[in-house]
Amino acid sequence: MASTIRVRATSSGETTEVQALIQHPMDSGYVKDARGELIPPHFIQQLTFEYDGKSVFVADWGPAVSKDPYVKFSFKGGKKGDDLKIGWIDNKGASDTTTAKIQ
Amino acid sequence: MKNVMRASIISLSSALLIASAISTLAAGSEADFKAAYSAAEAANKEAGALRNQWTVTAAALADAKKAADAGNFDEAVASSKEAEALAKASIFQATSEKEAWKALEIR
Amino acid sequence: MRSAIHFASAALALAVLAFAAVPPVAADAPDPVADAKAFQKYFAQKFPKLKLQDFVNGPYSMNEDMHRQWEEKEQFPPYEFSLDMGKEMFSKPFKNGKSYADCFPNQGIGIRQNYPYFDEKEGKVVTLELALNRCRETNGEAPFSYVKDEMAALTAYMAFTSRGKPFDIKIPADPRALEAYQNGKRYFYTRRGQLNFSCATCHVQSPGERIRAEVLAPALGILNAMPIYRSEWSGMGTISRRFATCNSQIRGVPLNPQDDEYRDLEYYLSYVSNGLPISGPGARP
Repeated sequence: MASTIRVRATSSGETTEVQALIQHPMDSGYVKDARGELIPPHFIQQLTFEYDGKSVFVADWGPAVSKDPYVKFSFKGGKKGDDLKIGWIDNKGASDTTTAKIQ
Repeated sequence: MKNVMRASIISLSSALLIASAISTLAAGSEADFKAAYSAAEAANKEAGALRNQWTVTAAALADAKKAADAGNFDEAVASSKEAEALAKASIFQATSEKEAWKALEIR
Repeated sequence: MRSAIHFASAALALAVLAFAAVPPVAADAPDPVADAKAFQKYFAQKFPKLKLQDFVNGPYSMNEDMHRQWEEKEQFPPYEFSLDMGKEMFSKPFKNGKSYADCFPNQGIGIRQNYPYFDEKEGKVVTLELALNRCRETNGEAPFSYVKDEMAALTAYMAFTSRGKPFDIKIPADPRALEAYQNGKRYFYTRRGQLNFSCATCHVQSPGERIRAEVLAPALGILNAMPIYRSEWSGMGTISRRFATCNSQIRGVPLNPQDDEYRDLEYYLSYVSNGLPISGPGARP
């Protein structure tokens, strides 16, 4: 199955800008379906970006984040051609990871 | 003869007064609801033929039915009459817009 | 900048040519060529800083802040998942071995700008969504809902293969085609719903202004970016979905997807945007 994580990381020498789009329903648990029943909560709880063995961005998420979340941030350092590792875990224990090359 | 007539007139009018008083009290009867509801439905159907029904008309009809199911016929009649008024307004809108739309057209 | 001007004048020239192809009509009959000219002129005058092709971005072209949001969104568009799904779906054969490519000219690639068209055999307007479902049914597959994700994915892919191509809607010399066009125009300007709005009330009278928190899009080019990922819906929406929700938002009961009125409306709106480039799939607030 295709990865749920789309990522683009661009280094400008001193800093690296990262954008990521993640495919996930992010159900809050407060929304009802067409039959009036609550859709159970199903959301990413932790999202991590790692560079050179260290975490450069860690997000602890809850039900307030919407479907197919988009993240954009910058971190100091990061060289062209190096790997950036991204992973998420959700409240059901599912997870996905991917590795992208910094451009 | 006159006294007899007067008496019968008086008794007839009292009877009529009493009768109308009773019918006012029974304004929220099931029969009244059925009549009001079918009038509203007919108007909404006409609006449908003109391809111009309003969502609020459907909501008022649903409210009317819900109230009637609960035995609350006063409310049911009121909702039906509102639905009919909304449906009639939507018919008026569709009819007048047949020409009025031209005023908005970019030329 | 110069190339953009060249593009704009080329697009305009194409637009003029496209309009010139419509045969002359009687004085009291509708004149789509004149309509479209007036339509485009109206919006050009209302937004003199915009180039013709800018109108396809809808609310994002209406002010600087919105434009900045659009530029950011374009870097990582939320419709990407749907587009990928659409490409996969489009190339997967039906159970009988045939595929969508067999139903469309040029294998279905780069043709979105020709829809809707007037089918003279049927005597009705055929939209892309309708053509896709007919293709499915002809080949023994169940039709998709016009408002849900599968239809959005397919039309997203087909729009994508036509990106940049100008709308090229034709009105053949058939009085029924002219009538369909006129029906669509009439629908567009007719007030409906308890709120008594017509499409024109928002998209002709008030583009760039707000309705509640939303910035309104101009009617010119309003279909060029379809289908769209709409943040409000947290998902994709087709032309059918948008027409239905516009109706219910003004408290009018929506018609059924692909009812005659909607098909004719799409015909009209697409025709008056002839010359503007297809930009779908798109993203909206």
